[in-house]
Order: sequence, then structure tokens, then C-alpha cells
Amino acid sequence: MAGTVRRLTWQVGEIVETSPQTPRTKSLFLEVPEWRGHRAGQHVDVRLTAEDGYQAERSYSIASAPENGRVELVVERLDDGEVSPYLADELRDGDGLELRGPIGGWFAWDAEEGGPLLLVAGGSGIAPLMAMVRHRKATGSDTPVRLLYSSRSYEEIIFRQELETLAADDETLEVIHTLTRSQPESWRGYDRRIDEKMLRKVAHAPEEHPLAFVCGPTPLVETVATALVHLGHDPARIKTERFGPTGG
Amino acid sequence: MDEQRLDGNAAAGILEEIFTFEITTARAACVHCGAAGEVGAQMAYVTEIGTVLRCSSCDNALIRIVRQQSTPQRYWLDLKGIEYLQLQ
Repeated sequence: MAGTVRRLTWQVGEIVETSPQTPRTKSLFLEVPEWRGHRAGQHVDVRLTAEDGYQAERSYSIASAPENGRVELVVERLDDGEVSPYLADELRDGDGLELRGPIGGWFAWDAEEGGPLLLVAGGSGIAPLMAMVRHRKATGSDTPVRLLYSSRSYEEIIFRQELETLAADDETLEVIHTLTRSQPESWRGYDRRIDEKMLRKVAHAPEEHPLAFVCGPTPLVETVATALVHLGHDPARIKTERFGPTGG
Repeated sequence: MDEQRLDGNAAAGILEEIFTFEITTARAACVHCGAAGEVGAQMAYVTEIGTVLRCSSCDNALIRIVRQQSTPQRYWLDLKGIEYLQLQ
């Protein structure tokens, strides 16, 4: 905590690119003039202000690696949401978006911390874990990583192509998918929600002392955290980020 | 917005507004049960009017924050659920 006081202040980032990820999600790429750099796993608060002054705030994890100059956020469109429809449908290149961050040092990973890393994601919970996978790649780290990623269907896997490419030429990065609602005909992977039996098979042995990061909807996060502890993993090495029932 | 049970990390923004430094890696000891752990590993209940950080072991309220949004901006901070904070 030494050093000068840097107040967490609201600033305006500029949307420099938007890119559809899946039918319900989109990546927003921002350039933030006063960006002080982030760690993989951190988030930003986004604030929208209506004409009558009403404000709504939401937190979004940063998906880009710290080594990347732009800030990438993954926005999932929730039809009855207060914030996400605006972010997903209305924002255009050149628009400004009010945000503050980076925030949070607890759910963060630096390459020098090592591992092995056990990453478990549900849906858009992949975002902060993607920042870790990209940070690892950017730093040339050889920390072994297993990523277990639950999506509803093949089409809804966010970063599917990039994960495939990264894992293809990296023996120490394993990506395991489970598709909970529908599967392509030739699908040979898991086809159910993440449970203890799956984690027993996929996770490192407790003796390897993996550092686990779990991010997604609350029920998934609680199931995974409980199962990992039950399997003998050290609770102090399990870090969780619940989305909650999502206020959108 | 309904009350949401989230990780201590979800309170990181409002805590940094008040303390001006990152506090989720600090350790807090619970006055009620004595358990000590990182602030980020406790449970946060976040609503429009305020945030309550509860002990992940016994559910005791460690930190309660109410924020007045209108000018002048004010905070009410109740820390009596914490025995001590260990900062790095």
C-alpha cells in the first residue's frame, strides 16, 4: 500500500471495435487514455447515465491480456437487463463509455505465481480466465493449465477458435468443454453440467496443489468450489467470482 | 435490483472508493468467530443502497457501507464486525 494515493476515478473509454462472439455475446474493445494497466482477472465498473440523471453500474471482467494495450470486455445480452442491451446493441465505434478500474487484486493471476492452474468457467465467466490464458501466452509462461469450460451449446462457446488455436500448439494448455443443453451430432466431449465426478477426472490431483479460479453463474461456482474442497483441494487455493443471478 | 450474494471481489470498487487502495487482498479477522481470511474471499451482498461484507465462515457482518449518491457524496462505514485488518 506504499506509494501515492491514486483515487479510483471514473473516466471515458472509447469504443474502437466491437466484435460478435456468439449469438448472445459480443466483445467490446476500448481505448482508455489514462489506463494504468491491469492484472489478468481484474474487472472494471461500467456506469451508464440516463438523461434524467439516473445511473446504473455493472462490473465487467477484463478479457484482454495486460500486455495488450486495449481493454476487451465481453458483454452478454440479457433481454430484461438494464445495462447489457445498451452495451450489446447500441454502442458503436467511436462512442464513449464511462468506466473505472482496474479493480480487485484478489481474483488475479500473474505469470510468476506459477501453478498449475485450474480454470473453470461457465458461459461469459470465461472472460477473466481468458485474460489469464492470454497473459500466460504473452509472457511465454509454461505453467500447466487446465481449462474446464461449460457452455450451453457449441455455438455459445466464447473464444472457441482462439482457445482451439492456443491449445493446438501448446502441450501444457488443455481445454475441456462441456455442452449442457445441446451438442453437435459428432460431439465426444462432456454433455452435462459440471459435477464432482467430472472434476475428479479433469482437475489436477490435490497433491499437485493447483491454483483454481472459478468464474460463472452462482450455482456453477458454488457447485465447483464445494466439489473441489470435497475432493481434497485446499480452500485457500480456490478463488471464485460469482456473477450472481445477473442484474444485466 | 435484488440483493445478490457475491464474492468479496464484488465490493472491491466501493472499498477502493473509500480506502483509496486495493483492499481485497488484505486479511480481515471476524470479531464473532475469529476466522481470518482475505477480504476477497468473504461474501458480499450488494444492493443499490449499500454493500455488506459477511464472514464466509459464520456470516457475521464484517463491513457495512451505505453510500449517498447525491452531492455531497457521503459514506457511512461500519467496521465493528472486524477484529483487525492485516494490510500488506
